[in-house]
Amino acid sequence: MTGLFRRVAETGRPEIAITVDGHAVTALEGDTILTALLVAGDRLRFNEFDKMPRAGFCLMGACQDCRVWTEDGHELRACSTSVTPGLRIVTKEVPWTRP
Amino acid sequence: MSLSTQIAGRADVIIAGGGVMGAATAFFARQLGLSVILLERDLVGQYASGTNFGNVRRQGRFLQQLPLSNRSRELWGRLPELIGEDVEFVAAGHVRVSFKEEDSQRLEKYAEDCKPYGLDLEIYSGRQAVDRFPMLSPDVHLASFSPLDGHANPRLAAPAFARAARRAGATVLERTEVLNISKNSEDFVVETSGGQRFVAPQLQISVGAWARKVAAAFGEDLPLVPKAPQMAVTEPVPYRIHPVIGYASWVEEEGVYLRQVERGNIVFGGGRRSTVDLEAKRARLDPLNTLRQMPHMERLLPDFARLRIIRTWAGIESYTDDDLPVMGASSLVPGLFYAFGFCGAGFQLGPGVGATMADLLATGQTEIPLAPFSIARFASAAVA
Amino acid sequence: MDAPVIVVIGAGPAGTRAAQTLACAGLRPVILDENQRQGGQIYRRQPKNFTRPATKLYGASAASATALHTDFEALRSSVDYRPETMAWGVSGDMLLTECRGQADALRFDGLIIASGATDRIMPCPGWTLPGVFSLGGSQIALKAQACAIGQAPVFMGTGPLLYLVAWQYLQAGVKPRAVLDTSSLTTRLRGLGGLRRRPAVLAQGLRYMADLARSGVTLRSGIRPVRVEARQDGETLCAGAVVWKDGRGRTHRTECDAVGMGYGLRSETQLADLLKCDFAFDATSRQWLPVTDRDGATSRAGVYLAGDGAGIRGADAAESAGALAALRCLQDMGRPVMEGEMARLRAALKPMNAFRHGLETGFPWPWRHAADLPDDTVVCRCENVTAGDIRRAAGPLDSPEINRAKAFVRVGMGRCQGRMCGLAGAEILAAARGITIEEAGRIRSAAPVKPLPAKIRGVVT
Repeated sequence: MTGLFRRVAETGRPEIAITVDGHAVTALEGDTILTALLVAGDRLRFNEFDKMPRAGFCLMGACQDCRVWTEDGHELRACSTSVTPGLRIVTKEVPWTRP
Repeated sequence: MSLSTQIAGRADVIIAGGGVMGAATAFFARQLGLSVILLERDLVGQYASGTNFGNVRRQGRFLQQLPLSNRSRELWGRLPELIGEDVEFVAAGHVRVSFKEEDSQRLEKYAEDCKPYGLDLEIYSGRQAVDRFPMLSPDVHLASFSPLDGHANPRLAAPAFARAARRAGATVLERTEVLNISKNSEDFVVETSGGQRFVAPQLQISVGAWARKVAAAFGEDLPLVPKAPQMAVTEPVPYRIHPVIGYASWVEEEGVYLRQVERGNIVFGGGRRSTVDLEAKRARLDPLNTLRQMPHMERLLPDFARLRIIRTWAGIESYTDDDLPVMGASSLVPGLFYAFGFCGAGFQLGPGVGATMADLLATGQTEIPLAPFSIARFASAAVA
Repeated sequence: MDAPVIVVIGAGPAGTRAAQTLACAGLRPVILDENQRQGGQIYRRQPKNFTRPATKLYGASAASATALHTDFEALRSSVDYRPETMAWGVSGDMLLTECRGQADALRFDGLIIASGATDRIMPCPGWTLPGVFSLGGSQIALKAQACAIGQAPVFMGTGPLLYLVAWQYLQAGVKPRAVLDTSSLTTRLRGLGGLRRRPAVLAQGLRYMADLARSGVTLRSGIRPVRVEARQDGETLCAGAVVWKDGRGRTHRTECDAVGMGYGLRSETQLADLLKCDFAFDATSRQWLPVTDRDGATSRAGVYLAGDGAGIRGADAAESAGALAALRCLQDMGRPVMEGEMARLRAALKPMNAFRHGLETGFPWPWRHAADLPDDTVVCRCENVTAGDIRRAAGPLDSPEINRAKAFVRVGMGRCQGRMCGLAGAEILAAARGITIEEAGRIRSAAPVKPLPAKIRGVVT
C-alpha cells in the first residue's frame, strides 16, 4: 500500500514505532497521527453512513473528519494529536466494554 | 385600519399555534370534515415540539393521562397510513432504571397501578436488566420496561402533521402571528401580523409556553412557567441501543435519559432545566447543565464516557403547578378550546391530543377523560 | 480592586498582537489557543524538532512570521498562555473551556476573539475521497509536517492562497499538475482596483503565478469543477483525477494523486454567535458576519473581534486589528490609551478593507456552481447529506432557510457544525427556492463549538 502523503523534508528525525490496526508503522518524532497514517497508508477511517474511506480534509481541527481511536477506545483527532512511542491506533470504532 | 377589516379566511375552527398539538389537531379535524385554519407565528414545530427529546413514552405518566397516552400510542403506530411518513418512530421500548431501593419501589408500584389502564410493564432485577440491555451499568438496581413505547424524531413530527393537514385541505399559515383575538356574538375574529383577519366559530389555543397571556385575556389566568429542558447529542456510533433509557430518580439532577437514533447519534437530556426569555423566544441554554448531565449519563451507560458531544440545545416548554396539561374546552367562553402546558411530556401525546381535540371540535365530546386537565381547576385557586 | 481579566481567543497574528498590547498596558491576558504552539494557521509553527528556516516555511512573509513568533516568546512571562485549550461555550458571563478533558469556566471583563478562518468550500462530486484536502490543509501538511499531500497534486478553487500553496509546493520540489481557478481573467481584472491598494502583495501574487507558469505548471482560469475521480488502479479508493470544464465549456481530465481545494476563506464566528453578538449579511462575501465597528467592538459590551474571524483581510490586517481591538478594549474599560496609535492602526487597516473587497471581487466564491451540483453530490461530509437532500428540504419539505433544512435533512448537523458545508448548503437552498442567499440565512451555532469529550471533568463535576 502506498501512502497518500510524501515527505519532502525533515526526514532526519528520530523514528517512533506505533501500531495501526495491529500493523507496525514507523512514524517520525513530531508527526501528527494523521501524517503518520497517511505517509504509511491511504485512509484514516470510514464514514459512518456510506462506509467509504476518509482521510481527513482540513488538517486544522475544523472539519472533524480525521477521527481515529486508541485500542482502548479513546478517540483522537488525528490532525492535531502528535504521535507518541508505543501508540496503538485503530481506524474503526472500538467495541464497547458493555456492548 | 380598513385593510384589516377584510376577512382573509373563514373556517369551522382556527387553531393558534403550529406545534405538534396544533398541527395534529388540524390534521384530525380535517379527517372529521371540519374546515381548518392553522396559524403559526414562526415555523411549524419550531419550539418545544421540535426541540424536545423525542420520547414516545407512556410509562411513568400520571395514571389518568394514560387513556389519552394509549390513544396516542396507537396513532403513533399508524403514522405512515395516516400522514404518509413514520417520522422515525421506533417502537423499541422504554426502560426506566433505578439505582436505589426507594426508586425501585416506586417503579414496582407504578407497574401495578398502571395495569388497569392497559399499560403492561416488565420489571427486571438489576441482573436481568443488564442481561437484556448489556450496555447498562452493572450497578442497576431495577428496571421497568415498557416494550411498546419508543422514540421518534421531534424535528419531523409536527411539520409532517402540518403537511398532511394541508394536503387534506387545511389552510396552514407559517410566519403568521396572532396579534389580537376578539369575539362577537358568533365568531372569533383573529387578527394577524400580516394585517389579515380570520374568522371562525371555534378557536383552539395551542401556543405552548405563550398560552398564559391568551388564556388570561379570556379571564382564565393560570400559573404557567416556561422552562427549558436541555438536550445534547453525541457523535454517531454503531447502532446498539434500541429503547429509550431513563434514569428514574426523583432527584432532578439525576433524572437523565437517552436514546440512540438509527443513524447512530445518542440524544440525551434531563437534569436541571434552563430559564427562558419568552419575549425573545429564546431558551437560555446553559452548557454547564450539559456538564452536569455527564456523570449521571456515565452512571447509566458506562461507555458513554468515551463519546464526544457534538451539539446542545434547549426548547421552550411550559409547566403547570400540578404537572398536568391544560386541555379541553374553556370553562368561560363557548367555542374556545385549549391544548397547552404539557409540562415537558407532550410529544408522545401529540397525535392523541390532536385526535381528541378534533373530537371535541367536531362533536363537542370525546371518549377520552379530560376532566383532570380542565382549565377550570385553576379558577378556584388564587393565581400568583 | 482586582486587575480585569481579559481573555484573548486565538494566538495567530491578531490574538498575539492583542495580547501583546494588553501586556504592554500592564495587564496579564489569558490566551486560549487550540493549537499546541502559538502562531495560528498562516504563521503556524513547525514542531520544535523541525529545522527548516522561516524563509522556507513562510516565503515572503518570513519576516512577519518570525517577528510574531519572537515577540510572543518575549511575552511568555507576562501572559497566561493556555495551549491546546478550546473555548467551547458560553454560560452567562463565563467562557467555558476544555483542555485535555478538563473543563474550566472563565469569568471575563473583556474578550477579544481572534478565532481566524478556515477554507471556504464549494463541494463537488468526489470531494470526500481520500487525497482531497482543503487548500489550507495542503499548506499545513507542508508547513507544519514537511509533507506534500501527494506527488502530483492539483490545486483547485480560487483566491490568492491557491497560487501561494501551489508555489510553496513547487519550492518544496513537488510540481503541481495544474492550478485550476474558477475565477476568469475578466473577473480578476474587476478586482484589480482593490488589489492595487496593496501593490507589494499584488506583485507577490503575480510573481507566484509567473514562477508556476515558468516551471510548466498548467494554470487555467475560469474553470468549472466537474468531479474528482477515484484512482483507476482498483486497489485504493483515492483521488486520481480532476475533471473540469474550461471557460468555453470543453471538458478536461487532469490526472493527479491529490487535490487541494479552497475558494477563499470563511470566518470562524461561532463564539460571537454564542455570545449573542449581532450579525449582518455581508454582500461582498455572501456571508453573515458579526457586526463590528472599525475597532472590532461588537454589539456586546466587552466583546471584540479581530483578524480573519471578523471578516477576511489577511495576516497583516490581523496584526493591526488585534492591536486595535486590544486598545479599544482598554479604552472602553477607562484605561488611558494612545489615541494616536489607534488612529494609526485604523489608517493602516483602510487599504486592507479595499484590498479585501478587491479579493472578493477578483476571486469570488463561485456560488452559482451550487445550483448545478448533481443531486447525489455529498455536501455535508459529516452527515453525508447530498445536494438532493437539501433540495428536498427546500422544496417538498418547504424549508425557507438553512436551519429548517438542517432540522429536516441534517445538513450542517454533524461534528463540524456546518463549517465545511454551511455556505454551500445555503446556496443550494437559495437556488432551489429562488430566494436570496441572505434570506437563506446562516447555520446557528451551538455549544460545543467543537466536539467535547463526554468524560470532561471540572467546573461542576
